[in-house]
Amino acid sequence: MSTAPLLQVNDLKKHFPIHGGFFGGVTAKVYAVDGISFDIAKGETLSLVGESGCGKSTVGKALLRLFPLTDGQVILDGQRIDDMPSGTLRPLRRRMQVVFQDPFSSLNPRMRVRDILAEPIRNFGLAKNSADLEARLAALMDKVRLPRDAVNRWPHEFSGGQRQRIGIARALAGEPDLIICDEAVSALDVSVKAQIVNLLQDLQKELGLAMLFISHDLAIVEHMTHRVAVMYLGKIVEVAPRRSLFGAPKHPYTEALLSAVPQPTPGIQRQRIILKGDVPSPINPPKGCRFHTRCPYAFDRCRVEEPVLRPIQDAMGEGHVSACHLHDLPAAQNPLSEAKGAQLLAVG
Amino acid sequence: MALLEVDALQTHFRTPDGINRAVDGVSFHVNAGETLAIVGESGCGKSVTAMSILRLIPEPPGKIAGAIRFNGKNLLEASDKEMRAIRGNEISMIFQEPMTSLNPVLTVGRQIGETLRLHQGMSAQAAEDRAVEMLNLVGIPEAKRRVKEYPHQLSGGMRQRVMIAIALACNPKLLIADEPTTALDVTIQAQILDLMRDLKHRVGAAIVLITHDLGVVAEVAERVVVMYAGRKVEEAPVHALFNKPRHPYTQGLLGSVPKLGSSLTGEATRLAEIPGLVPSLKQKIPGCVFASRCAHATDLCTAVAPALEEKAPGHVAACHYALREGALAA
Repeated sequence: MSTAPLLQVNDLKKHFPIHGGFFGGVTAKVYAVDGISFDIAKGETLSLVGESGCGKSTVGKALLRLFPLTDGQVILDGQRIDDMPSGTLRPLRRRMQVVFQDPFSSLNPRMRVRDILAEPIRNFGLAKNSADLEARLAALMDKVRLPRDAVNRWPHEFSGGQRQRIGIARALAGEPDLIICDEAVSALDVSVKAQIVNLLQDLQKELGLAMLFISHDLAIVEHMTHRVAVMYLGKIVEVAPRRSLFGAPKHPYTEALLSAVPQPTPGIQRQRIILKGDVPSPINPPKGCRFHTRCPYAFDRCRVEEPVLRPIQDAMGEGHVSACHLHDLPAAQNPLSEAKGAQLLAVG
Repeated sequence: MALLEVDALQTHFRTPDGINRAVDGVSFHVNAGETLAIVGESGCGKSVTAMSILRLIPEPPGKIAGAIRFNGKNLLEASDKEMRAIRGNEISMIFQEPMTSLNPVLTVGRQIGETLRLHQGMSAQAAEDRAVEMLNLVGIPEAKRRVKEYPHQLSGGMRQRVMIAIALACNPKLLIADEPTTALDVTIQAQILDLMRDLKHRVGAAIVLITHDLGVVAEVAERVVVMYAGRKVEEAPVHALFNKPRHPYTQGLLGSVPKLGSSLTGEATRLAEIPGLVPSLKQKIPGCVFASRCAHATDLCTAVAPALEEKAPGHVAACHYALREGALAA
């Protein structure tokens, strides 16, 4: 894309100190996010995928400045917001909103839906008068397909799916450019999940929203997204447009993730890569490539030298980057050189 | 004769605002060595069904009616002492939360050994040796050291392996697994499913797998029961269910999960939705439980509950309008 991205993240780091010892000093650090960069264009969906503890939610919270960053830059529409004083940042917060995972704990049970939705509108001074406020509330309820008169009810009167709609309406109330969905559909039942996924897609088309979709559910991600970034232990290991990532994964971790998702088709033959062991602790991440302890292709270089993200040739399209030493080997020796997504996913 | 026969099981709970019909007349059977999956969304009664089989439902407020025959013996008529001899020995259970279902203050070895000492009268030493064997069987490295560790020293995947080791320690004939992989990450889930498949071949226990994940069902089950709002709406061999679902609810459920690889095959860009919500189980529903959300529902559906009918060999569905094999499309 030729125009400047809506959001640009450069070398973002977030380390959490662990206090201990007699004087309560810092004894260790959790390297939750350890130097990641990406950007999101206007109207684009970028998905951040990975297993629990890989740091994907921390990225979302860091972008929202819910805690201070350890290092790195966050640039929203040309303005650096990571080092901005909170007073100057406040009007910019309107442009970046969030939908949380748990629709039961993310709505204040003592506020009516009306007040939940009116809070951001008042906060950012968007409504000219009370008639305008009412009109905005009605429009928000329409957008998320809830009855308008439901604004006078309490959160406990709604089901999980309906609450998530209220959460989405609250995010939309500030008329944002970017919505961060942190596992926004993970807690929902299958049939309700489909309703919310469809709603998010419709809203994106209608309002031209950009989305950072944080999720561990690869099938949903593939369904919704334009591009995907795969995280492992605080690092991004691969970024690619949807079709390239699912059709021709260029990192062994992505490959294993794809092959591990159970497919709702009985009796299919597919190539299975079952990773050994567990994810190492982010307190003491492995030296070299962080994935080498579980990687089926790891060789000596992986244990000492950390690979950097770089562009990889891909027949399926542009913009594929991966951090893996295998791509320095001749194609014949590189197990990732061919496009084997279809075998991993068992699709024709 | 089937290993387990559940006949018209009703599990109702008395609550301050009426009776909750969590399970309302569910029948199915499990053959020896077979894997049966029970699928459905939260609140459909699948976990309550599992708990009822082992009589783990507190009575009151719960009330279990019907018959649950295990090897021909009705468990609902068994004494507490007889039930204790069956639980963990002939029928064992794996729960969803490996964090909360292990005792945090006992070593893993003690917890595996407990069932062995209780049911098979093993000595403490013999039980610990067997515990090491079991940990090896479920693929935990350095079993000799791990057996002396406490649950908090293990990762989520390892804890679930320990749960499986406990469940299999007495060589049960039936294993009930209630969402065994739901709390786990996808690469760990693949390990556990692989382990369950492998152990099934080696141990030969029948499995009742309770899950909401259709992908997991397709991978491990041989036969599937679909539950909705406390009733069984469809039952079929796994291939028939996925290839030719008969009940509108099953069809909706299958349509609402995206398939991985959809961007490569260019399949449907929009997910099928099931409109509306699951009905409250506190009101008696005279007709079909799915009628309020079904696109094909008629007056007949809201008035008369459809009986389970065999629509094809081994394939039953509770729908007035689902086609029978060979019948003409109406």
